[in-house]
Amino acid sequence: MESHEQQFLILNEPMIVAAMISIVVGALSLVIGVTYFKKWGYLWREWITTVDHKKIGVMYILVALVMLFRGGVDALLMRGQTAMPENGLLDAQHYNEIFTTHGVIMILFMAMPFIIGLMNVVTPLQIGARDVAFPRLNSVSFWLFAVGAGLFNISFIIGGSPDAGWSAYFPLASLEFSPTVGNNYYAISLQIAGLGTLMTGINFLVTILKMRAPGMTLMKMPMFTWSILITNVIIVFAFPVLTVALALMTMDRQFGTKFFAMQDGGMDMLWANLFWVWGHPEVYIVILPAFGIYSEIISTFARKNLYGYKSMVVSMVAISLLSFVVWAHHFYTMGHGVMVNSVFSITTMLIAVPTGVKIFNWLLTLHKGKISFTTPMLYSLAFIPIFTIGGVTGVMLAMASADYQYHNTMFLVAHFHYVLIPGTVFAVIAGFHFWFPKVFGFRLNEKLGKLAFWFITISFNVAFFPLFILGLNGMTRRMYTYSESTGYGPLNMLSFVGAVGLGIGFIILVYNLYWSIRYSPRDETGDPWDARSLEWATHGPVPFYNFARIPQVNELDAFWHAKKHNKQLWSGPIEKIHMPSNSGMPFLMSGAFFAAGFCLVFSWWIPTIIFTILIFVFMALRSFEQDHGYYVSVEEVERIERELGGDK
Amino acid sequence: MKIDESLPLEYSTEENRLKILGFWIFLGAEIALFSTLFAVYFTLHNGHGNGPSAEELFKITPVMIETVLLLTSSFTIGLGIHAMRLGLKKAMMTFFVITLVLGLGFLGTEIYEFVEYIHEGATIQTSAFTSSLMTLLGTHGAHVTFGLFWGTAILIQVAKRGLTPETANKSFIFSLYWHFLDVVWIFIFSFVYLKGMM
Repeated sequence: MESHEQQFLILNEPMIVAAMISIVVGALSLVIGVTYFKKWGYLWREWITTVDHKKIGVMYILVALVMLFRGGVDALLMRGQTAMPENGLLDAQHYNEIFTTHGVIMILFMAMPFIIGLMNVVTPLQIGARDVAFPRLNSVSFWLFAVGAGLFNISFIIGGSPDAGWSAYFPLASLEFSPTVGNNYYAISLQIAGLGTLMTGINFLVTILKMRAPGMTLMKMPMFTWSILITNVIIVFAFPVLTVALALMTMDRQFGTKFFAMQDGGMDMLWANLFWVWGHPEVYIVILPAFGIYSEIISTFARKNLYGYKSMVVSMVAISLLSFVVWAHHFYTMGHGVMVNSVFSITTMLIAVPTGVKIFNWLLTLHKGKISFTTPMLYSLAFIPIFTIGGVTGVMLAMASADYQYHNTMFLVAHFHYVLIPGTVFAVIAGFHFWFPKVFGFRLNEKLGKLAFWFITISFNVAFFPLFILGLNGMTRRMYTYSESTGYGPLNMLSFVGAVGLGIGFIILVYNLYWSIRYSPRDETGDPWDARSLEWATHGPVPFYNFARIPQVNELDAFWHAKKHNKQLWSGPIEKIHMPSNSGMPFLMSGAFFAAGFCLVFSWWIPTIIFTILIFVFMALRSFEQDHGYYVSVEEVERIERELGGDK
Repeated sequence: MKIDESLPLEYSTEENRLKILGFWIFLGAEIALFSTLFAVYFTLHNGHGNGPSAEELFKITPVMIETVLLLTSSFTIGLGIHAMRLGLKKAMMTFFVITLVLGLGFLGTEIYEFVEYIHEGATIQTSAFTSSLMTLLGTHGAHVTFGLFWGTAILIQVAKRGLTPETANKSFIFSLYWHFLDVVWIFIFSFVYLKGMM
């Protein structure tokens, strides 16, 4: 595609022009709407400058939902293109761009932020804290993620999207074979968002290690908090590898270094190694919190303790360690010899053991439980069998010699969607329904929720099961079209039907959000599900200081015990509460990051340097700033508690 | 702000303790970052293409000067923190200034070394070896540069506000950072320079 190389604005694709127009119209109507209703001040005071972990969590989830829509449109276009042999909906270059952005967006700008959003909302509440350890840093994390996502998303209208796959293997991603600015966008936007994620990792580790309510020892923490603790350890040790890999990519493409070059001593395989040394732990960064969410939901709606608490913790720790020693299984066919392949084959298969332990723990938690089939519970129950299919096909792929047959086929595509969708996507939707009333004070409609659940679950299987068969029949992934004589047509059409069904399911989900905001009855108790852990002990919606008095914890599921035995979680008088003050600086600094990143993408050196200096100026301003937060008086706390319906 | 008098100033408030733990975890991430850069260097150090090899490029004199300067600066910042715990603001500031001057000397020598490399025809674009070498050294050097600005900012704050729980906390965290850069340099000295010259 010669024309892609020179263009600044992409104007030769009718679909992209249409998207561009709709973005401009959407943005304009948003601006006009906010101005008309005089909401700029509200937006700035209550959201943009906020350091409240709950609001930051909500913003993460909002962006994740928008990205789910964007990635979903990509998916529909891909399935639409391959639904029929010799289809002409997309050309090869456009198809390459779309499968690349689909992968990047779904993993890094949908799954991760959705999980980080839930973790922001829930974790401090579950450990009985008033906020995270570094509230200002938390806001920096969010805004860096948001501008990273923004930068990545403008690529398709300004300059062209990355087109070398979400794993961006060299030499395909090198300047020689991918001459558009697309992969510059990839490297720089992920770099900015990744910085934010690393800070989140540090922030939540300190929060969980140091800010738990008195009496809550590590082994009395709720399982979701455990999963977040372990996930953040993985983040802290895996993300620096991505930082380096992306920096080297930028340097190879823009500064002419020779890391992944084909001559002058460079090594293209080094990229694949670096990418997956981060990339495989990344898989567990999105799956372990999902396990935590399921553990909470299953034990709540089975009305039983989580079976095998200790083995759950041990197996998560084991998974986190193993996640760092399996990366080479992503490229068995790259030719690194029998010994290396055998070792990585064994480590990969080992992961099935702790994962299997967890599956049995959930089943035994359900055993003889009084199960109530709410929407979050339905997703959790569907997860177990569907995820097991994903897991078993994973073990098939783990066998290096057999993998030569499956490698790069649709079988692999089916496998990882069978792991990631029931694993991560179902979990975040379940968590969304489960914790929604905690944040907003009312539940999402159950009837619509269940309708969406059935649409999503059935359509998911219709969309992805045929891909297993197609893969075994020899259809490779990332193929933009195929001839009729291959016989791939009918199953691809079936898969397209499933994809449309999934789209309808997600539309019902969003409609449910709208419907429930308007009509759902408001909950007064703060504990609509009769649940177990501390976040349900305070009011719903949660006051900004979370707990008027910090709870005292004596056992696992302290809130459940308090309810059953009519005990009080707190004692003593209400004291004045210290809270961090809001700040616009994280937002402004992230704006400088965005500007510097955008200029760097196009190698505009002088503006890049100016905006980079601006970033450091913001850091210096922060260093000299004296801000010790503020106190909420006892009278104020008592007033708010009265308004929310009684002392909690 | 509750101040616990039994602890050193930099640990005396809850916020301070959180910040110190957070910085230790950040240093863990930094170790992962530098480990990756070392791994890249060890993978590519024989790939010198048409450019010079490590034996041809490395000179012992500037490297020794850099090592002595940086190791000494790590010692002086230790003395600075010791002085801070004794409540000696002036001594603390003097040791910090010495540390930063030594750091500046290190940086100057490193820049001189880079200029020499370029004169010998080894730029960052020459080969995978020079790319990975200069990226590893450059990342360390960039950390030192950032440290110089950061240290100066903290010195100004100590001069203006005295030794408060907040400034003591910042100074202590800065000293952790500075020691860490020294540790990384020891690895660079041993496994990049000495190994390359053997």
